[in-house]
Amino acid sequence: MTVIVTPSSGHKAGDTEKTDGGGARGRRLPRIPDRIRQGGLPYLLLLPAVVLELLIHLIPMVIGIWVSFRQLTQFFIRNWGNSPFAGFDNYKIAIDFDAPIGQALLHSFLVTCAFTVLSVGLSWLFGVTAAIMLQENFRGRSVLRTIFLVPYALPVYAAVITWAFMFQHDNGLINHVLYDQLGLTDRPSFWLIGNNSFIALVVVSLWKSWPFAFLMLMAALQNIPRDLYEAASIDGAGIWQQIRTITLPSLRPVNQVLVLVLFLWTFNDFNTPYVLFGKSAPEAADLISIHIYQSSFVTWNFGSGSAMSVLLLLFLLLVTAVYLFLTSRGRKGSDV
Amino acid sequence: MRTVRAAAAIALASALTAVAGCGGGSSSGGGGSNESPKTLTYWASNQGPSIEADKKILTPELKKFEKETGIKVKLEVVPWADLLNRILAATTSGQGPDVLNIGNTWSASLQATGALLPWDQKNFDAIGGRDRFVDSAVASAGAEGQDPSAVPLYSLAYALYYNKKMFADAGISQPPATWDQLIADGRKISKDGKWALGAEGANLSNNIHQVFALGKQHGADFFDKAGKPTFTSDGAVAAVKQYIDFMAKDKIIAPGNAEYAQNQSLQDFAKGKTAMVLWQAAASTFASQGMKPEDWGVAPVPVPSGTPGTGQNLNSMVAGINIAVFNNTKNIDGAKKFVKFMTSDAEQKLLNKTYGSVPPVKAAQEDPAFSASDVKVLRDTLATSAAPLPQVANESQFETTVGTAVKGLFADAAAGKPVTTESVKAALTKAQQQMAQ
Repeated sequence: MTVIVTPSSGHKAGDTEKTDGGGARGRRLPRIPDRIRQGGLPYLLLLPAVVLELLIHLIPMVIGIWVSFRQLTQFFIRNWGNSPFAGFDNYKIAIDFDAPIGQALLHSFLVTCAFTVLSVGLSWLFGVTAAIMLQENFRGRSVLRTIFLVPYALPVYAAVITWAFMFQHDNGLINHVLYDQLGLTDRPSFWLIGNNSFIALVVVSLWKSWPFAFLMLMAALQNIPRDLYEAASIDGAGIWQQIRTITLPSLRPVNQVLVLVLFLWTFNDFNTPYVLFGKSAPEAADLISIHIYQSSFVTWNFGSGSAMSVLLLLFLLLVTAVYLFLTSRGRKGSDV
Repeated sequence: MRTVRAAAAIALASALTAVAGCGGGSSSGGGGSNESPKTLTYWASNQGPSIEADKKILTPELKKFEKETGIKVKLEVVPWADLLNRILAATTSGQGPDVLNIGNTWSASLQATGALLPWDQKNFDAIGGRDRFVDSAVASAGAEGQDPSAVPLYSLAYALYYNKKMFADAGISQPPATWDQLIADGRKISKDGKWALGAEGANLSNNIHQVFALGKQHGADFFDKAGKPTFTSDGAVAAVKQYIDFMAKDKIIAPGNAEYAQNQSLQDFAKGKTAMVLWQAAASTFASQGMKPEDWGVAPVPVPSGTPGTGQNLNSMVAGINIAVFNNTKNIDGAKKFVKFMTSDAEQKLLNKTYGSVPPVKAAQEDPAFSASDVKVLRDTLATSAAPLPQVANESQFETTVGTAVKGLFADAAAGKPVTTESVKAALTKAQQQMAQ
């Protein structure tokens, strides 16, 4: 979308303005110098986004941090400005891993880590495999691409509710296939309660996220010059060697962004567990987002819930910073 | 590379900022005003088979009220899943309805927020006096010793609904009156893909309602006089174990019920897969699922021995819906007039008949419609053997923590893991520790 304006075309445009619009301009605001106009325009265009970002994200975030230092329970929600100052009490309770509340938070954190690693890892693997397989032109490729993208296009709620039906113990499709048809299990399994709920959660999350990985990687693959593959194959490189030495290194910049974004989305995923399990997720699938929701909205202790949110934010900031530091260092090294 | 970085920065910023964020608008002082005396906003709870059905039922009544008083009522029927969160948001922001329905178990919790108009002598007088209402219903409208935070609107109690044909097929002539009889009958019925009793094992509130009544029968309250949780008392442990044992030991509840949370047990009942459910006013749901009134019978919930009564023969919570006035209303007089209208004898008869509930207004109860067998069982239970759930400020935490513990124990039972007194006690201990904030 870059527009290259040559000096002559710019001059011409200026001439036209002078002759056609000169009379009208006299009544307009005094002309803003080009230097400022050109320098200020990007900021002016950014302004609506910045204002909305402040309103929608940053101000609630700051309020959230403020709340985390208050003892904001149901007794004060009506007049929350008057809630007593709690200092670091909410934080102390949240990270006291010997006490029940801290223990539950730690457990939830670990479950979320395991869930994120599995979901992001598998999403990337599925995405990259499908993208590579669909790189060659063959009959039906566009149909397959469209089908693969369907989960990404479906509204999350509708999709996850459908999964919840499929995971039902008595009438669900999953048990029908695994137990009734294939006989893989001794008896119908429970997917929405107990330990299997973790598997159900990973499956739904994977189903939901991998098309995004697929889409990004497919776009990135288009940018790899065909000549490279041709040259490699003339030199006798096999398919695996080509993937290892051409495809994967070329995908690196996209992978860096993709993995980070998938990580953040998955770690914070609220919709999937909420729609699958309702307000109280089974212990094995107690993701941190739903745990924090319970700690604030269900038990009405917003100070405690906010403190947990802030801790989560700090953790994600830290991970992101370390990730960006490591990957950018690697990139600089490779650029040299 | 710059575009990649920019994209990364944008995605990162939006993903990160989605994490923290908890707060609301400003708050305003207490007491209502009469700034807009010609309109009211009313949040009704979902009492009928659907939101649309509720609108159809209530709209003509609201028109009647408008004709009488000139006040236009804007109606919104709020689904149960959203109602409490909507009330909390309204409380925090000060922007809410003028009049609203609340589940009566939330009364004390919401009372503690100060969001609802207290019903003192003067306010009760404005709607005809406190004496018009059944005592147990008023007792479920707020903490003891404080002015109620709401007025009873529809009352409900638990009853045992049983499938007459399934009972006859199993050679059982009358519904069980004690738990021992229920288990014995249940074993006769539970075979060939049919089960005796239905449960909503993953529904936290329903779990609480069931174990609360069983707790009373074991002499246990879940809170002491000072409002401190006592979830691990012997009686409480025995009550929870008894409820789980219907699935784990007695095998009269289908294991699949452990994941039910959306009234699937009523569907099973209507389809003839389950012979009994313990429920409040289930008649209209059964009818909507194609059952005929003669297909099912209604009996009091069983007790340990003897007949339902007080003390250890209590067999239900006082369930029901209360109507409250939001303290920030801009039409306080109109709001009270509307509560008076909704609790008038005529409206009480009409609405409770439609919803299959019992009027908490004594005079309205005298209508012969409330002596029909279905409703009579509910009415007698409310009058003689029901108690309100603990009216403590942290009642909603109680529902969450203990309800979740029961849900987890049902999951164990369904998976065939042993459920022992120790495992029940451990689950309840964990629930109690999470209350200690």
